[in-house]
Amino acid sequence: MADVFRKMGSMAINGIWQLGFIARFFWLILVYSGQSFTRIHLTLRELYFSGVMSLLIILVSGLFVGLVLGLQGYETLQRYGASDSLGTLVALSLVRELGPVVAGLLFASRAGSAVTAEIGLMKVTEQLKAMDMMAVSPIARVVAPRFWGGVISMPLLAALFSAMGVFGGWLIGVVVIGVDDGAFWAQMQDAVDFRYDVLNGVIKSGVFGVAVALIAVFEGYDCVPTAEGVSRAITRTVVSSALAILALDFVMTSFMFRG
Amino acid sequence: MSEPLVRLENVRFAYGERAILRGISLSIPRGKVVAIMGGSGCGKTTLLRLIGGQERAVGGRVTVDGQDVAGLGRDALYALRRRMGMLFQFGALFTDMSVFDNVAFPLREHTDLPAELINDLVMMKLHAVGLRGAAKLMPGELSGGMARRVALARTIALDPMLLMYDEPFTGLDPISLGVIGQLIRRLNDALGASSVIVTHDIQESLQIVDYIYFISEGRVVAEGTPDEIRNSADPFVSQFVHAQADGPVPFHYPAGDYATALVGGAG
Ligand SMILES: Nc1ncnc2c1ncn2[C@@H]1O[C@H](COP(=O)(O)OP(=O)(O)OP(=O)(O)O)[C@@H](O)[C@H]1O
Ligand SMILES: [Mg+2]
Repeated sequence: MADVFRKMGSMAINGIWQLGFIARFFWLILVYSGQSFTRIHLTLRELYFSGVMSLLIILVSGLFVGLVLGLQGYETLQRYGASDSLGTLVALSLVRELGPVVAGLLFASRAGSAVTAEIGLMKVTEQLKAMDMMAVSPIARVVAPRFWGGVISMPLLAALFSAMGVFGGWLIGVVVIGVDDGAFWAQMQDAVDFRYDVLNGVIKSGVFGVAVALIAVFEGYDCVPTAEGVSRAITRTVVSSALAILALDFVMTSFMFRG
Repeated sequence: MSEPLVRLENVRFAYGERAILRGISLSIPRGKVVAIMGGSGCGKTTLLRLIGGQERAVGGRVTVDGQDVAGLGRDALYALRRRMGMLFQFGALFTDMSVFDNVAFPLREHTDLPAELINDLVMMKLHAVGLRGAAKLMPGELSGGMARRVALARTIALDPMLLMYDEPFTGLDPISLGVIGQLIRRLNDALGASSVIVTHDIQESLQIVDYIYFISEGRVVAEGTPDEIRNSADPFVSQFVHAQADGPVPFHYPAGDYATALVGGAG
């Protein structure tokens, strides 16, 4: 029994240490971010690798989520004779929740894991040490551009995900099932408020972007420099990002949307 | 005689509980090439890290060009490192850049030279290591020896005052080995730099260096000029020069009794 408590205690202490390390690392990234913007091609390259390369999976998943929303939404709404509100339902679910959250989860597993692997392997092969020895800060040159690449691409990907989802919902609802086209769009326009719904959704995806990018670069930079260490770091990136996204989503939702 | 460029005074270092260096004193005079030799795992790479300020000594002092490395702030340390070049034991080429970009990296980061000039400088360095034709290859397409030569070209890109080579000769065929050895010597003299070579290759070192230190169990156990080393009766030295397994330098990492380990499972 005492053992269980001891274990929990040491886990809690480790967790707090880890949070401290991450916070300090975050601060360092911000301090060394100058180069990411003065030498913008460094960041653009990462934007390409995490943003553009995630496009396909984001668009396809968005479409499927929209298709399912259209089907399920119609099935429920028509019981109350409210199938005209399908557009509202699809758009609100996507813009407020599903867009940022699902895009964030996909982004963590597609781009976050890649960033962790890349930085981790650079550590294993002593590239980071060599860079440091050449008087070039690895945080400024390697970490910060990848961080900003993730932070910038995440909200854009979430927006595309939502747009694709709305298109999927429209495809099922209007084209396949035959909900009235005008009502679909008109109800949506009426119900979706720019500040309350769209802006809050964008804020969410921005926060997820910071969280995922930070976790990904941190795990890579902090990994044990062996093949096994890198593989563990990648797993941790995906798991911690998912937990962080879901927990942050709950917190933000409870502040943003209290009816 | 002027103050040596690098001076280690009674330097001690440990990874956690394990003492690696137990009081090393040595110096690298300006303009000279010094070799550091010792068994595998005796702390030679660690020693270079201490000089470069990537690790901090537990005790003693490391000074480079009159500055106490451990006492330097980040900016001062980076300013000092700009004048140092370190060849890493495993090359440490940037795998996402071509050979050309690897060699150009320090030039692009630390100078504002125009692209044509950088191009010329990189080609000169690559030519010196015999790999001008490989400029467009990616590190993954190089053999181990080639990668090391590219890393060497990158190390000398900024014409540093202190050159540190961690095992520059491993993985090289006899021809490149001779060429690289001569290159290290000529670079040192042409740049007016000072060099440290960490190596196992005693025969090659005897030909190109000015002074040799032997390290064992965290201490300097023998030192001398190549002539003194060749004629030395010291058991450490002769074990190295004649490559004998038995002698004062232990071949085995510290372990329990071998017979017990075989019979009892774990050592
Ligand atoms: N990061 C580390 N953590 C713990 N111990 C380490 C670490 N790096 C090296 N060591 C230990 O320190 C000792 C010295 O390592 P070092 O790399 O300096 O040896 P070396 O003389 O360069 O050996 P080699 O000739 O094989 O390259 C080794 O015994 C190694 O086990
Ligand atoms: Mg070594």
